Amino acid sequence: MTAPDEKKPTAPDRREFLARCGQVALGGLFVIKCTPALADLVASDGADDIPEWAYAVDTTKCIGCGACMRACRAENNVPESQFRTWVERYEIRGDHAVRIDIASDENNATFLSNATPAAEAKDGRVKAFFVPKLCNHCETSVCVQVCPVGATFRTKDGVVLVDPEHCVGCGYCVQACPYSTRFINKETHTADKCTLCYHRITKGLLPACVQSCPVGARIFGNVKDPDSEISRVLRERRYTLLKPELGTNPRCYYIGLDMEVV
Amino acid sequence: MFEFVFPNDLNVTWSVMIVLYPYITGLVAGAFIVSSLYHLFGQEALKPVARFSLASAFVFLIFAPLPLLIHLGHPERAFNIMITPNFQSAMAGFGYIYTAYLIVVAIEVWLVVREDLIARARGTGPIALLCRAALLFNVRSTEATRAADHRAAKFLAGLGIPMACLLHGYVGFLFGSLKANPWWSTPLMLIIFIFSAIVSGISILVFHYMTISRINGWKLDRPCVRTMGKFLWGFMIIAVSLELLEVMSVAYKQTEEWEIIGKLIGDKLFWSYIVLQYLVFSLIPFFLLAANALFKLRLKVSNTVVFIAASMLLVQVILMRWNVIIGGQMLSKSGRGFTSYVPGIFEKEGLITAAIIFTAPFLILYLFHRVVPLFPVEAMQKKTA
Repeated sequence: MTAPDEKKPTAPDRREFLARCGQVALGGLFVIKCTPALADLVASDGADDIPEWAYAVDTTKCIGCGACMRACRAENNVPESQFRTWVERYEIRGDHAVRIDIASDENNATFLSNATPAAEAKDGRVKAFFVPKLCNHCETSVCVQVCPVGATFRTKDGVVLVDPEHCVGCGYCVQACPYSTRFINKETHTADKCTLCYHRITKGLLPACVQSCPVGARIFGNVKDPDSEISRVLRERRYTLLKPELGTNPRCYYIGLDMEVV
Repeated sequence: MFEFVFPNDLNVTWSVMIVLYPYITGLVAGAFIVSSLYHLFGQEALKPVARFSLASAFVFLIFAPLPLLIHLGHPERAFNIMITPNFQSAMAGFGYIYTAYLIVVAIEVWLVVREDLIARARGTGPIALLCRAALLFNVRSTEATRAADHRAAKFLAGLGIPMACLLHGYVGFLFGSLKANPWWSTPLMLIIFIFSAIVSGISILVFHYMTISRINGWKLDRPCVRTMGKFLWGFMIIAVSLELLEVMSVAYKQTEEWEIIGKLIGDKLFWSYIVLQYLVFSLIPFFLLAANALFKLRLKVSNTVVFIAASMLLVQVILMRWNVIIGGQMLSKSGRGFTSYVPGIFEKEGLITAAIIFTAPFLILYLFHRVVPLFPVEAMQKKTA
């Protein structure tokens, strides 16, 4: 047993020291926790003015003309044999045989196809429809998650973009996208995909594909605006998402999908 | 089968370079673990190849990032991964993990060869000067310095094992965590990669050591070869079991992805996966190594058996890498069709590039050996005629 050491009155009391440590830690925590919140408060002026873009595809209207594909290629300099958007054609016969191919963007009479024709059904009847595809601009984007350098990001107005100045071209995002909407651009050697024509929509124009669709199968707009066409469509029509089980939370809504669509 | 491939899936993004990268890091991790079996776990039988395995790990590690750099669309931006890492990404840690591990291995090599460098540094001439510079002009060698070097090397050998597993395991995790691809998406992928790495690492050491001994007419150290054969047998059983377990569970569950995966392995990868990876290059080495481990074979027979098995397992692991990485890209994310991939010969990411990257480490090891011997004196005894 030793008596408590009282020879060093100058030494700080341990209990006091620990209490001070706790105060400093709490204070620091408060500052760290509240700084972003305060910053958000300051910056939140006009947060409601920021639109939230979304996209809907009405597969009951698409006629497979490929105008959207041509418009996209011209607008965004998409290299040959790479696609920011494409249109799938489905043929489902009475016996559930499925044939899928892709509308050509060269002319609307031919189809790119390596598909073997489905066996003729006994009654010869076929259900056929077109499904346009593009980047789903997912809220929980896998591509944003996996980009090792942070070159892929999601904007405040809900568009997933790639910074071509920063992308290293590793291809990880191309592998990660469940919808195969990404590719490494053959000319720029960086990741590339649909941007919803960000350069147009930020100036109040429509994406090139929406602009060029002759039948209104592609619907684009601000879901924060209750009077926008997209808000109306999502209110009135039944829609689904592509591969919802993957938890990507796409912002591209599909109307009139068949269960065979992947 | 409906033949429908998403249009962007027709191009295979990750080429043969991305097959080579995990193969090389696997060799690194495997070789490092062999050196640690001696330095840390006291496997005295492995003494003849202890330094050789460490040097092999080091040299292969230097070349590991090369296939990645060649593959990148913008290699000049490679350092973005360290300047602006996105830590949500499984890939983002690569720069730091790789650099840290390279430093650890480099220092360990330096400590292990220090005595030989001191011996070479005593003379005159450019090589001696180079050795003095490599020693930071400290050529003191006493009982105390040797003990200190040994302690530090042992510490680094221990530190290096989790780092080696991390460097190679994260590649497995990178594939295994991609939910978009049913052929990759499995938590087993990380551990499969680590065990196949150990298999390939031991195999390359057996193959290389026995080849060098044959060329130089050295007497083979039988306990060393036999011990490596035993370790190889154990690790290959774990590796192949894990690979099989993954596929068998998908096949047995018969979930939606089995429809496309079954066609992938039963048709598109039938030769490279079922026939070559399993029936030829797993089954035959398994029996050969079992014979080496369980029976007392005649010297020549047992050496031959281990050599053939190791050579075959080197092929097995490259097949496994190919089947995982290329196979995973052959199936379209539509789940309804396949694309194909044949590596070019002369292109930037072609077979000639791959061959150069893969042979360069052996040349560097040869130069290494010219300065500092890779093997202890007793391992370099000539066979008595």
